[in-house]
Amino acid sequence: MEFFRIKKDIPFMRHALAFNVISLVTFVLAVFFLATKGLHLSVEFTGGTLIEVKYQQAADLERIRGALGKNGFNDYTVQNFGSSQDVMIRLPLRDAADSAQQGDRVMQALNLEAPGASLQRVEYVGPQVGRELAENGALALLVVIIGIMIYLAFRFEWRFALSAIIANMHDVIIILGFFAAFQWEFSLSVLAAVLAVLGYSVNESVVVFDRVRETFKKVRGMTTPQVLDRAITSTISRTIITHGSTQVMVLSMLIFGGETLYYFSLALTIGILFGIYSSVLVASPLVMWLGVSREQFVKPKKAAAEGVADDGACV
Amino acid sequence: MNRYPLWKYVTVAIALVFGFIYTLPNFFGESPAVQVSSAKVTLKVDATTLARVEEVLQAAGIGHDGIQLDNVGVKARFKDTDTQLKAKDAIERAFNPDSSDPQYVIALNLLTASPQWLTSLNALPMYLGLDLRGGVHFLLQVDMPGALQKRLDSTAADLRSLLRDKNIRHAGINRDGDRIVIKFRDAETRERASKTLADNSNDLTLAEAGQGDDLRLLATLKPEAEKKIAEFAIKQNINTLHNRINELGVAEPVIQQQGADRIVVQLPGVQDTAKAKDILGRTATLEIRMVDDSPGALEAGLAGNVPFGTELYTERGGSPLLVKKQVVLTGDRLTDAQPGFDGQTNEPAVHLTLDSAGARIFKDITRDNVGKRMAILLIEKGKGEVVTAPVIRTEIGGGRVQISGRMTTSEANDVALLLRAGSLAAPMDIIEERTIGPSLGKENIERGFNATLWGFVAIAVFMIAYYQVVGLVSVIALATNLLLLVALLSLLQATLTLPGIAAIALTLGMAIDANVLINERIREELRNGMPPQAALSEGYERAFGTILDSNITTLIAGLALLIFGSGPVRGFAVVHCLGILTSIFSAVVVSRAMVNLIYGRQKKLTKIAIGNVWKPGTATADGQK
Repeated sequence: MEFFRIKKDIPFMRHALAFNVISLVTFVLAVFFLATKGLHLSVEFTGGTLIEVKYQQAADLERIRGALGKNGFNDYTVQNFGSSQDVMIRLPLRDAADSAQQGDRVMQALNLEAPGASLQRVEYVGPQVGRELAENGALALLVVIIGIMIYLAFRFEWRFALSAIIANMHDVIIILGFFAAFQWEFSLSVLAAVLAVLGYSVNESVVVFDRVRETFKKVRGMTTPQVLDRAITSTISRTIITHGSTQVMVLSMLIFGGETLYYFSLALTIGILFGIYSSVLVASPLVMWLGVSREQFVKPKKAAAEGVADDGACV
Repeated sequence: MNRYPLWKYVTVAIALVFGFIYTLPNFFGESPAVQVSSAKVTLKVDATTLARVEEVLQAAGIGHDGIQLDNVGVKARFKDTDTQLKAKDAIERAFNPDSSDPQYVIALNLLTASPQWLTSLNALPMYLGLDLRGGVHFLLQVDMPGALQKRLDSTAADLRSLLRDKNIRHAGINRDGDRIVIKFRDAETRERASKTLADNSNDLTLAEAGQGDDLRLLATLKPEAEKKIAEFAIKQNINTLHNRINELGVAEPVIQQQGADRIVVQLPGVQDTAKAKDILGRTATLEIRMVDDSPGALEAGLAGNVPFGTELYTERGGSPLLVKKQVVLTGDRLTDAQPGFDGQTNEPAVHLTLDSAGARIFKDITRDNVGKRMAILLIEKGKGEVVTAPVIRTEIGGGRVQISGRMTTSEANDVALLLRAGSLAAPMDIIEERTIGPSLGKENIERGFNATLWGFVAIAVFMIAYYQVVGLVSVIALATNLLLLVALLSLLQATLTLPGIAAIALTLGMAIDANVLINERIREELRNGMPPQAALSEGYERAFGTILDSNITTLIAGLALLIFGSGPVRGFAVVHCLGILTSIFSAVVVSRAMVNLIYGRQKKLTKIAIGNVWKPGTATADGQK
């Protein structure tokens, strides 16, 4: 079997501008949704109480709401979670010192008014913890970006580092944009997925850049866009197979992983799809526009000895 | 060129054997057990305890599947949960005849059912997190400012008695925020006091303030003293929590300090969260203060006009009580509290033991206040409750105090327990809670397992169809990766959570990347007309640099998650990072070893089963036909 029967290098760079415009539009949309709608942050970040209960038969949400209302709760949300038997109840933080006891009080209320609920999960997060988690999350993102940039700059060149980071930050913003646009719940595990995607799709850029470097060194007489086209074309089969495999795994999590892993795998799916797009079609043109050229890879001494001209051409 | 030296094969073989042995315990499952551990520091669980457990079980006619002793306690295994429950009751009766004062913690537990030789190799199943086995997780915040203020209060009391001992007359000692203000009437006395305090206390920084008639000495805690107090407060609270959790009978409680002022409590298997929270949340601190008995003061207080420096409380009997705000003694000074009986009247009583400083203060106080009443208060979340307010009959020295009067036996027990376990060095608040029911835990394991399994199967089918024999090698390498990862997690006893399982799945999905890179490279070299042996070698050599680069960037992200992440994120990050390391090894070394074994020996290798390698030239030819 061989899926990719590519005869000539595909002229990706000819359409570079178009790809980048698409990218830019998506990016702007993502920023727009982030700015207008904002992220629907989970209890972990905002603080509050989350209670998951299970009924033997389909749960009567109205009755549960009534039970909560009667017992002096307000601002609660009650919704089904996964199936009609599973119910998720969310309560915001309260100033009162009894915030930590809300879970027990909800269970008492349910046992009186809507009996039959068995407690599956309670999560209570105090306000200072939420703030810390958000801060640490932002810090982690920053460290990942700086760490990867330093590594790439050290291993390749600043042009590569900069392009890879721009391309992958744009992935991150787009994932966040999706979460904002559809108001999916942004939890700690989604944050983990976002950071994992960042590492993963930088890896994609690295593979392409590795090839770019190699092609520059090996093949002479090609223009920079041609080199980039050659590098992308020769890695495209690997790119698609690899991402396909990872996506299969993520899809399996999406299907079998249950509610807890649902948004986690959703974030990964978006990240993987945009990861391919951005590392191939965004990062490479950026490298080109930043002015990458052959001399940056060939040792000048050797080149001079072989009589290679400044532009990298040789006779 | 495609031969490995013997040592490389041996390394791979050793790694596989290691992976196999340490993964093995995960397949045996768990059997129900009863665990006996000590509830008292002074009581050691040793071989005699083991023998006693065996005797008790024999006497009760309950069969067991083995009893063992480890550093936690004695653990006895049973064939099913019914037997386990029966055994627990029998052991409970024998070991704790007085249920109000348990000597041992008897808890239900699950033990690995893997054979003894595996356990002796330290090969244990993976340690499952609370989200997989069910249980309660609490994060408690210790109120450090509260601890410091409390310390200042008792320091103020110490200074008061010190100055009195030295016969230095002051015009009042009070705590004002985080400093103690001592007022004097003349400079000379202040000078003397300052010298005395400096000689007697290393913890305080003294500063002079005020002029004329209003001379003051300001005492603040030195930073190192504050640090010491904070450390002590955390330790004391952890100790107290240990004592309280022993009451709950949890098999493997985790009580750890996190950061400077937080304590994590994890109680696997505990379902009654209300009780757990009740016991943990009793953030009571103990204070002894004097009762204001001056005539008319109580009446004024009841009329809504509480005299300055006092507070109105209600005694347990229901009668009101006016208590001075000044704290005589705090719970820190209390070393023990036991229920008992009054030697003369045979009334139920509580016997308190104070440390030496506490004993001295108590002696002074009782000497000066014979005939008056003192109040023992439990302060919970800023609200005080008078436990008891006894009349001082005589001067009490030696630090042994007996409280009696108007108490039943069970009340005496309660008060003793509250005084003993209730004396936290600083108040605490629950700032995070996670409770996972047992059925959700089981479901989570199943979900994680299914996700990983089906993802793996799908990838395996594709790889073998697409790359044939070389694809099979990649799949075996991937399976090795899984084996090594599970073995490492079991060996390190890192906590496996649902995000951790997700990380296993994701790592597998990403790890196949390395093999795809290699395989594509081999195909490419073949396409360029390289002979098979050379193509294999080149494919591995050339792909290695890329694999390393891409894994390092992923590792950077993983490490950042590990450092800054908490809770679920950390569970993900640990597995993710370990997975990257094992995947480099298995994708590069293990798969190469297999390829070398299969193809390396054939001198005239003409074809590699890596699927059809399409060449541009032949395709055009095909197309033209």
